[in-house]
Amino acid sequence: MVLVYSDDKKIAFELLNKANELAKDLKTKPTAIIIGKPDETLAKEYISYGAENVIAAETDLDNFKAEEYADIIENIVKDTKIETVLIGSNKNGKELASRLAGKINAGCVIDCTDVYLKDKKLTVERVVYSGNAITVEQFNSKPEIVTIPPKVFDPLPKDEKRKGEVTKKKFDFEKSTSKILNVQDMKTGGVNVEDAEIIVSCGRGFKNKDDIKLIQDLADVLKGKTVGCSRPISADLKWLSEDHWIGLSGHKVKPKLYIAAGISGQIQHIAGMRDSGIVVAINKDPEALIFKSADYGIVGDLYEVLPKLTNAVKQKLG
Amino acid sequence: MNIIVCAKQVVDISEMKLDSSTKKPILQGVPQKISDIDKNAMEEAIKIKEKNGGKITVLTVGPTDAKERIKELLAMGADEGVLVNPPDNPDYHVVSSLLAGAIKKIGEYDLVLCGEASTDMFSGQIGPRLAGLLNIPQVTYAQSLNAEKEKITAERNMGDKLVSEESTYPVLVSVTKEINEPRLPSLMQILGAANKPINEMTAESIESGVKPVVDTIELKGIPMERKNIIYKDDLDESVTKLVDSLAKEGVLR
Repeated sequence: MVLVYSDDKKIAFELLNKANELAKDLKTKPTAIIIGKPDETLAKEYISYGAENVIAAETDLDNFKAEEYADIIENIVKDTKIETVLIGSNKNGKELASRLAGKINAGCVIDCTDVYLKDKKLTVERVVYSGNAITVEQFNSKPEIVTIPPKVFDPLPKDEKRKGEVTKKKFDFEKSTSKILNVQDMKTGGVNVEDAEIIVSCGRGFKNKDDIKLIQDLADVLKGKTVGCSRPISADLKWLSEDHWIGLSGHKVKPKLYIAAGISGQIQHIAGMRDSGIVVAINKDPEALIFKSADYGIVGDLYEVLPKLTNAVKQKLG
Repeated sequence: MNIIVCAKQVVDISEMKLDSSTKKPILQGVPQKISDIDKNAMEEAIKIKEKNGGKITVLTVGPTDAKERIKELLAMGADEGVLVNPPDNPDYHVVSSLLAGAIKKIGEYDLVLCGEASTDMFSGQIGPRLAGLLNIPQVTYAQSLNAEKEKITAERNMGDKLVSEESTYPVLVSVTKEINEPRLPSLMQILGAANKPINEMTAESIESGVKPVVDTIELKGIPMERKNIIYKDDLDESVTKLVDSLAKEGVLR
């Protein structure tokens, strides 16, 4: 069986498409698991997105803990002789997959951007060296664990006529001795850069926090209205919340238009925006790396360029 | 308190060049260094030792020349190093098995610290994988830590959520880059590090016959095709040309 798990159902829907494809080749069934309180609506949803089996592992756990969830999935894998496990690659998913792999001595590849069979072996690709290369990796033993980030695959079209079987079962797990004391929402600007169509981004070329208004003004006249930034602006200076941060350890984005102002273009930043449609760079240093990753660029002081650009766009759009 | 810091020797990505035709990274001759976030783990270990006392052991799975890198961490404040030479082409299964085996040989430990991920591969797999092998709790993505005698409390950066979590010992903690600013050792500390022991272990003596379960079969370059049209003359003219081009690309509406 090919198993799909994510605590984010949107990623699970996407993974189910891939699981269907693999299951067809392997002549087995795509199976989704739900861990938590009974949720028949979710089970039906998984079926309508392509799960032929749903295993509902009922627990009364209030919070995700990798230790406990890894125990539960380990028991599901043993119980059902599952050989391929696809896990949604958010932070919870990555630590869950890795721990599970350690417990069952399985191969595990994190953040795969492609998954396929080659010479009948499960083969995956992932981006390494800060977005500068791709490794092709192949499993030579089972079980196989793969994590896949959001939006790598499209979900199947939802079809409520699809049929599937739901199995409810309790699986054993060892209670973790760690204790969650508090969960709070991260301070955010309520921004979702990953879904944005147009992003205007700022970097270390900005001298003061207030100057980010120049970016906001340009974003406002463009459809999409989304402001992004490189690492120093959010992680170090904290001028913008981390939901704006684009890069290897921040968010990975693929807007139609990406405008980078005052961003030098270190490879960690490029890793976050390399899949963008059209890339525009504004930097006063003609040698800045960002120009190599740009379709269009203006060499100039962003404090002069941005107001002029905002005006010109405003006039163009009428 | 016995602390083990897992550190990896990686290529310095900022010094890495790409082959202009294949776009593949050229790895030969690139300087090696300790992965940045592992230095944050080291710094945190020193702070915990300063507060609670104890001993810090640096553990590396890597080639013989990684000894030089371990010395940097000894200079920062680790008490001793352990270097395990892996078999060829180790995967995460091999590396984590060797780390777990070496930790069992080191003996009693309270805290295993590592970076959330290495700067070359950025999987973040080793920490939680090792915790699973050792069957101890894992506290990942810690952006702040408070270690006391009986328990450790962490603030974990989970992206959209901030999770406070506490655990008793033994525990594995992975830290983020934001947790601290790693110290630079003084000249005296660098000289002193030469006298600190580095214990070399063979893979055979730890986990005989351990083999990769995942093989890397290819390293591919990423073609990046951009137009690279750069305007650098009159500013007003440049802005007009840019806006016209963007309109033609169809991204302005």
